[in-house]
Amino acid sequence: MARYVLTRLATTIPILLAISIAVFWGANHVADPTVSLTLNPRIAPEDLAAYREHLGLGEPLIGRYWQWLGNFVQGDLGTSLVQNGAEVWPIVRTAMANTLVLIVIAAIGSLALGIAIGTVSAVRRGSFLENAATTGSFLGISIPPFWLGLMLQLFLGLYLANWLGVTPPLLPTAGLYSPGQQGFDLVDRLRHLVLPAMALSLQLVAVYSRYMRASLLDVMSSDHIRAARGRGLPERTVVVRHGVRNALIPVSTQAATDAGQLVGGLIVTEQVFQYPGMGRLFVDAMLGGDYPVLLAAVMITAAAVFLVNLAADVSYGVLDPRIRRGTG
Amino acid sequence: MARAEAALAERPVVVVWRRFASRRLSVVAFMVLLITAAVVAGADVIAPYASGQQNLDHVLAPPGDDFLLGTDTLGRDTLSQVLFAGRISLAIGVSVALIAAVLGTTVGLVAGYLGGRIDAVLMRFTDTLLALPLLMMIILLARILGDSVTDVILVLSLLGWMALARIIRAKALALREEEFIAAARAMGASSGRIMFRHLLPNLVGEISVAVSLAVAGAILAESTLSFLGFGVSAAHTPTWGNMIGGNEGFMTVEPWLVWAPGLAIVVTVLAVNYVGDGLRDAFDVRSDGREREPHRGRSKGGTASRRR
Repeated sequence: MARYVLTRLATTIPILLAISIAVFWGANHVADPTVSLTLNPRIAPEDLAAYREHLGLGEPLIGRYWQWLGNFVQGDLGTSLVQNGAEVWPIVRTAMANTLVLIVIAAIGSLALGIAIGTVSAVRRGSFLENAATTGSFLGISIPPFWLGLMLQLFLGLYLANWLGVTPPLLPTAGLYSPGQQGFDLVDRLRHLVLPAMALSLQLVAVYSRYMRASLLDVMSSDHIRAARGRGLPERTVVVRHGVRNALIPVSTQAATDAGQLVGGLIVTEQVFQYPGMGRLFVDAMLGGDYPVLLAAVMITAAAVFLVNLAADVSYGVLDPRIRRGTG
Repeated sequence: MARAEAALAERPVVVVWRRFASRRLSVVAFMVLLITAAVVAGADVIAPYASGQQNLDHVLAPPGDDFLLGTDTLGRDTLSQVLFAGRISLAIGVSVALIAAVLGTTVGLVAGYLGGRIDAVLMRFTDTLLALPLLMMIILLARILGDSVTDVILVLSLLGWMALARIIRAKALALREEEFIAAARAMGASSGRIMFRHLLPNLVGEISVAVSLAVAGAILAESTLSFLGFGVSAAHTPTWGNMIGGNEGFMTVEPWLVWAPGLAIVVTVLAVNYVGDGLRDAFDVRSDGREREPHRGRSKGGTASRRR
């Protein structure tokens, strides 16, 4: 097992390096961090040139990449090219914290809901509930998350507030806090999380409920379930104790394997709801040509997704002793 | 007995079609798709206004007689724009799915049939791509390549073949142990011939299902990319995604600007997904390439009662 983990980690490093080169090259190729300055007629060309020199943009790419890599390996993420020399790490740290809050809420909510829906549709096959769940999951994977976000803003944000006649709206459609908010207010923060978390969750619920349904159907047809029934256990106990518990193993690993897709949902959701997390940081840095921030965002996200995937593969063997890799 | 003989005499296409036709929802979805394709293809005739025609006297007009779904900030008729945009969005979806199918099938066949070191290298590569945050990579590649329709097709197909490659590999691994492959090999068929003349026809089901679902994925991916502003440029080519992105700011004033292209995406993708699901049942394939679960009883003649 340890060997397997080490091999996986070792093969990950060249991939992360390749990504960093591609991002570095790409970012420098497509966007200029000083472009907004060139549009300002009051900035003299000499000053601009001096500023570009100061940022190190005149130097050859390879040299800058080496410098970036050397610093990165030592844990120094550098300084932003756009935000006037601000250090990258604090920026990334704040964004990561915001994103984690959103992910945790969305993941817990959608796993719970998905497992419940999946269980019901596996146990009550052919019922109205199962048909509704199937239709719902088809809708869930067919609605673009960004559009769902916009519709939530429109209906649960704007129209609901108009209907209730409340200002400011009950469920805010953007940002982290209400304007003018002083200090930390849990209720206000949670209200700002409701819509983004919903937008992020719908697709996940659809997918998780399908996983759960398939997995539970698989488990329910196995011998130990028949044995449990044969011992005369009530059906409820059979389903919950022997069925659902075993069915959760493939579901949780499958969910973890989908972590990469979750990132896609985050980019979109954070963009729609102007939520200051990693996804938005990535998009902004991409558009602004701020490659130190961009690289940090991409490398950290990619590494996190790799680790979650690895954890999923390893836990699969640990949770289900029938599947062990190699000598285990 | 007579029924079994009749079934044997039937061509596979007929069998598959009959099974597909027995699922009403999938047939309806298929018709919805045909209509959608016909309408966007005939947009030049059907659309009330020309593509991109600006009616500056009617900026942000509400839905009415002249403009069924209102107009945008340049006075462009929303309905017409949705039709013309649909042409591009559908074309991208289908092209990406087809190109990705060729890539994925080739990689999967080569890896699964040849095996050994080639398999290890190809699958390592495939798994790596699968383990990356996909949308991030799509955005990066799209930024590097550009914002034309061709660029977007290229980006999405280059990053869209991995799932199919895995499925095809799994099937190829199983099939290569079959007698008929051994027979072909004994008769001196080359690896290429075996892969593309003997294995490929046995994978038609898997490929069809994957392609249909890939169309749905590609339409969603394109719309997401264009919505974020990294896809097809709204300046010269409307797509459903960039229509939503461009009109997002006017959503509260003129909700139809965002509703119409969004509903177009949902209806199309939903229909594609139902068709794919119907194909999955008709071809009797499982999404992960494993054999069907044995406990799902299947009545001999038909599959109408079967559900997944």
